[in-house]
Amino acid sequence: MKIIYFAKIRELIGKTEEDIVLPSYVKTVNDLIVFLKDYNKVYKDILENNDFFTACDEELVDMDYDIRKTKEIAIFPPVTGG
Amino acid sequence: MIEIRIQSEHFDASKEIEKFQENKKNGAFVCFLGSVRDVNGDTPLKKLEIEYYPKMAEKVLKKTAKEAFKKWNLSQCLIIHRFGELNINDPIVLIITQTPHRKDAFQANEYIIDFLKINAPFWKKEYTDKNNYWVSQNKKDLDIII
Repeated sequence: MKIIYFAKIRELIGKTEEDIVLPSYVKTVNDLIVFLKDYNKVYKDILENNDFFTACDEELVDMDYDIRKTKEIAIFPPVTGG
Repeated sequence: MIEIRIQSEHFDASKEIEKFQENKKNGAFVCFLGSVRDVNGDTPLKKLEIEYYPKMAEKVLKKTAKEAFKKWNLSQCLIIHRFGELNINDPIVLIITQTPHRKDAFQANEYIIDFLKINAPFWKKEYTDKNNYWVSQNKKDLDIII
Protein backbone atom coordinates (compact mmCIF):
# COMPACT_ATOMS: atom_id res chain seq x y z
CA MET A 1 0.00 0.00 0.00
CA LYS A 2 1.34 3.41 -0.96
CA ILE A 3 1.06 5.91 1.87
CA ILE A 4 1.87 9.57 1.32
CA TYR A 5 2.37 12.32 3.88
CA PHE A 6 2.12 16.08 3.75
CA ALA A 7 3.20 19.18 5.65
CA LYS A 8 3.99 18.76 9.36
CA ILE A 9 3.31 15.02 9.28
CA ARG A 10 5.67 14.58 6.31
CA GLU A 11 8.40 16.45 8.19
CA LEU A 12 7.92 14.48 11.43
CA ILE A 13 7.96 11.12 9.64
CA GLY A 14 10.86 12.24 7.49
CA LYS A 15 9.57 10.98 4.16
CA THR A 16 7.04 11.99 1.53
CA GLU A 17 5.81 8.48 0.80
CA GLU A 18 6.41 4.82 1.42
CA ASP A 19 5.13 1.41 0.41
CA ILE A 20 4.10 -0.73 3.36
CA VAL A 21 2.97 -4.34 3.14
CA LEU A 22 -0.10 -4.44 5.32
CA PRO A 23 -1.24 -7.51 7.23
CA SER A 24 -4.54 -9.03 6.08
CA TYR A 25 -6.44 -7.79 9.14
CA VAL A 26 -6.00 -4.19 8.00
CA LYS A 27 -9.30 -3.51 6.25
CA THR A 28 -10.25 0.05 7.23
CA VAL A 29 -8.54 3.39 7.80
CA ASN A 30 -8.88 2.79 11.52
CA ASP A 31 -7.11 -0.59 11.19
CA LEU A 32 -4.33 1.15 9.29
CA ILE A 33 -3.90 3.81 11.96
CA VAL A 34 -3.78 1.19 14.71
CA PHE A 35 -1.21 -0.73 12.65
CA LEU A 36 0.94 2.38 12.08
CA LYS A 37 0.85 3.31 15.76
CA ASP A 38 2.39 -0.08 16.50
CA TYR A 39 4.83 0.29 13.60
CA ASN A 40 7.13 2.62 15.51
CA LYS A 41 7.08 5.35 18.15
CA VAL A 42 7.25 8.26 15.71
CA TYR A 43 4.00 7.21 14.03
CA LYS A 44 2.42 6.58 17.42
CA ASP A 45 3.26 10.10 18.62
CA ILE A 46 1.99 11.72 15.42
CA LEU A 47 -1.25 9.78 15.19
CA GLU A 48 -2.02 9.65 18.90
CA ASN A 49 -4.02 12.88 19.15
CA ASN A 50 -6.19 12.23 16.04
CA ASP A 51 -5.24 15.64 14.63
CA PHE A 52 -5.01 14.38 11.05
CA PHE A 53 -7.11 13.55 8.01
CA THR A 54 -6.94 10.65 5.60
CA ALA A 55 -7.73 10.58 1.90
CA CYS A 56 -8.04 7.43 -0.18
CA ASP A 57 -7.27 7.93 -3.87
CA GLU A 58 -7.69 11.68 -3.39
CA GLU A 59 -11.06 11.54 -1.57
CA LEU A 60 -11.43 12.47 2.11
CA VAL A 61 -12.61 9.41 4.03
CA ASP A 62 -13.74 8.49 7.53
CA MET A 63 -12.01 6.07 9.86
CA ASP A 64 -14.37 3.22 8.95
CA TYR A 65 -13.68 3.49 5.20
CA ASP A 66 -12.72 0.17 3.59
CA ILE A 67 -9.21 0.59 2.14
CA ARG A 68 -8.79 -2.83 0.55
CA LYS A 69 -9.25 -1.49 -3.00
CA THR A 70 -7.38 1.75 -2.37
CA LYS A 71 -4.17 2.43 -4.30
CA GLU A 72 -2.92 5.48 -2.42
CA ILE A 73 -3.65 6.71 1.09
CA ALA A 74 -2.70 10.21 2.15
CA ILE A 75 -2.29 11.22 5.78
CA PHE A 76 -2.09 14.93 6.50
CA PRO A 77 -2.81 17.61 9.12
CA PRO A 78 -5.90 19.85 9.00
CA VAL A 79 -5.69 22.03 5.89
CA THR A 80 -4.81 25.72 6.02
CA GLY A 81 -5.16 27.01 2.46
CA GLY A 82 -6.94 30.08 1.17
CA MET B 1 -17.69 27.87 -17.18
CA ILE B 2 -15.33 26.79 -14.42
CA GLU B 3 -11.63 27.60 -14.50
CA ILE B 4 -9.28 26.20 -11.85
CA ARG B 5 -5.60 27.15 -11.74
CA ILE B 6 -3.10 25.95 -9.16
CA GLN B 7 0.21 27.62 -9.80
CA SER B 8 3.45 28.80 -8.25
CA GLU B 9 3.57 31.90 -10.45
CA HIS B 10 2.31 35.29 -9.38
CA PHE B 11 -1.06 36.37 -10.81
CA ASP B 12 -2.53 39.77 -11.50
CA ALA B 13 -6.04 39.99 -10.03
CA SER B 14 -6.91 43.13 -12.03
CA LYS B 15 -6.21 41.32 -15.30
CA GLU B 16 -8.43 38.45 -14.25
CA ILE B 17 -11.20 40.93 -13.39
CA GLU B 18 -10.84 42.59 -16.81
CA LYS B 19 -11.50 39.22 -18.43
CA PHE B 20 -14.74 38.91 -16.45
CA GLN B 21 -15.78 42.44 -17.46
CA GLU B 22 -15.71 41.34 -21.08
CA ASN B 23 -18.76 39.17 -20.41
CA LYS B 24 -21.57 41.70 -20.96
CA LYS B 25 -24.39 39.23 -20.39
CA ASN B 26 -24.03 38.98 -16.62
CA GLY B 27 -23.29 42.22 -14.85
CA ALA B 28 -22.51 41.04 -11.35
CA PHE B 29 -19.31 39.47 -10.23
CA VAL B 30 -17.69 39.21 -6.83
CA CYS B 31 -13.98 38.88 -6.32
CA PHE B 32 -12.25 37.49 -3.23
CA LEU B 33 -8.49 37.97 -3.00
CA GLY B 34 -6.45 36.43 -0.20
CA SER B 35 -2.87 37.58 0.22
CA VAL B 36 0.15 36.88 2.44
CA ARG B 37 -0.09 38.67 5.79
CA ASP B 38 2.91 40.54 7.21
CA VAL B 39 2.37 39.73 10.88
CA ASN B 40 1.04 36.88 12.98
CA GLY B 41 -0.14 38.53 16.19
CA ASP B 42 2.80 40.78 17.07
CA THR B 43 5.42 38.78 15.20
CA PRO B 44 6.54 40.15 11.83
CA LEU B 45 6.65 37.55 9.08
CA LYS B 46 9.29 37.20 6.42
CA LYS B 47 7.68 34.86 3.92
CA LEU B 48 5.16 32.08 3.43
CA GLU B 49 5.49 28.62 1.96
CA ILE B 50 2.51 26.64 0.70
CA GLU B 51 2.55 22.89 0.24
CA TYR B 52 -0.30 21.03 -1.47
CA TYR B 53 -1.53 17.65 -2.61
CA PRO B 54 -1.74 18.24 -6.37
CA LYS B 55 -4.21 15.61 -7.58
CA MET B 56 -6.58 16.03 -4.66
CA ALA B 57 -6.43 19.84 -4.57
CA GLU B 58 -7.53 20.07 -8.19
CA LYS B 59 -10.40 17.63 -7.53
CA VAL B 60 -11.60 19.47 -4.41
CA LEU B 61 -11.57 22.89 -6.08
CA LYS B 62 -13.47 21.58 -9.11
CA LYS B 63 -16.01 19.80 -6.93
CA THR B 64 -16.53 22.92 -4.80
CA ALA B 65 -17.05 25.11 -7.87
CA LYS B 66 -19.49 22.57 -9.34
CA GLU B 67 -21.47 22.56 -6.10
CA ALA B 68 -21.64 26.36 -6.23
CA PHE B 69 -22.98 26.14 -9.80
CA LYS B 70 -25.73 23.82 -8.59
CA LYS B 71 -26.72 26.06 -5.68
CA TRP B 72 -26.60 29.48 -7.35
CA ASN B 73 -27.20 30.92 -10.77
CA LEU B 74 -23.53 31.12 -11.75
CA SER B 75 -22.36 31.78 -15.28
CA GLN B 76 -18.62 31.80 -14.63
CA CYS B 77 -16.28 30.92 -11.81
CA LEU B 78 -12.53 31.28 -11.53
CA ILE B 79 -10.40 29.86 -8.70
CA ILE B 80 -6.64 30.46 -8.58
CA HIS B 81 -4.56 29.11 -5.70
CA ARG B 82 -0.80 29.40 -5.44
CA PHE B 83 1.81 27.10 -3.95
CA GLY B 84 5.54 27.32 -3.22
CA GLU B 85 7.39 30.27 -1.73
CA LEU B 86 5.47 33.52 -1.45
CA ASN B 87 6.52 36.96 -0.25
CA ILE B 88 4.63 39.29 2.06
CA ASN B 89 1.55 40.80 0.33
CA ASP B 90 1.75 38.33 -2.55
CA PRO B 91 -1.64 37.11 -3.72
CA ILE B 92 -2.45 33.55 -2.57
CA VAL B 93 -5.96 32.88 -3.71
CA LEU B 94 -8.42 34.52 -6.08
CA ILE B 95 -12.07 33.55 -6.44
CA ILE B 96 -14.33 35.30 -8.92
CA THR B 97 -17.99 34.37 -9.19
CA GLN B 98 -20.21 35.82 -11.87
CA THR B 99 -24.02 35.79 -11.89
CA PRO B 100 -26.91 37.86 -13.30
CA HIS B 101 -27.55 39.37 -9.84
CA ARG B 102 -25.20 40.33 -7.02
CA LYS B 103 -26.70 38.26 -4.20
CA ASP B 104 -25.90 34.95 -5.87
CA ALA B 105 -22.39 36.13 -6.70
CA PHE B 106 -21.69 37.05 -3.04
CA GLN B 107 -23.16 33.84 -1.64
CA ALA B 108 -21.42 31.59 -4.15
CA ASN B 109 -18.09 33.28 -3.52
CA GLU B 110 -18.36 32.93 0.25
CA TYR B 111 -19.39 29.30 -0.11
CA ILE B 112 -16.32 28.53 -2.23
CA ILE B 113 -13.76 30.20 0.06
CA ASP B 114 -15.35 28.67 3.18
CA PHE B 115 -15.22 25.17 1.73
CA LEU B 116 -11.76 25.65 0.29
CA LYS B 117 -10.48 26.59 3.75
CA ILE B 118 -11.64 23.37 5.37
CA ASN B 119 -11.39 20.87 2.51
CA ALA B 120 -8.73 21.79 -0.01
CA PRO B 121 -5.37 20.14 0.76
CA PHE B 122 -3.07 23.15 1.06
CA TRP B 123 -0.83 23.85 4.06
CA LYS B 124 0.85 27.13 5.00
CA LYS B 125 4.22 27.46 6.69
CA GLU B 126 5.15 30.88 8.03
CA TYR B 127 8.72 32.13 8.37
CA THR B 128 9.86 34.72 10.90
CA ASP B 129 13.36 36.04 11.64
CA LYS B 130 13.75 33.40 14.34
CA ASN B 131 11.93 30.29 13.19
CA ASN B 132 9.30 28.73 10.98
CA TYR B 133 6.14 26.81 11.78
CA TRP B 134 3.13 25.19 10.14
CA VAL B 135 0.02 27.33 10.49
CA SER B 136 -2.81 25.76 12.54
CA GLN B 137 -6.31 25.55 11.18
CA ASN B 138 -8.50 28.39 12.38
CA LYS B 139 -11.33 26.70 14.26
CA LYS B 140 -13.66 29.54 13.26
CA ASP B 141 -13.38 28.30 9.68
CA LEU B 142 -15.18 25.15 10.77
CA ASP B 143 -18.28 27.10 11.87
CA ILE B 144 -19.74 27.44 8.42
CA ILE B 145 -23.30 26.91 7.33
CA ILE B 146 -23.63 24.01 4.92
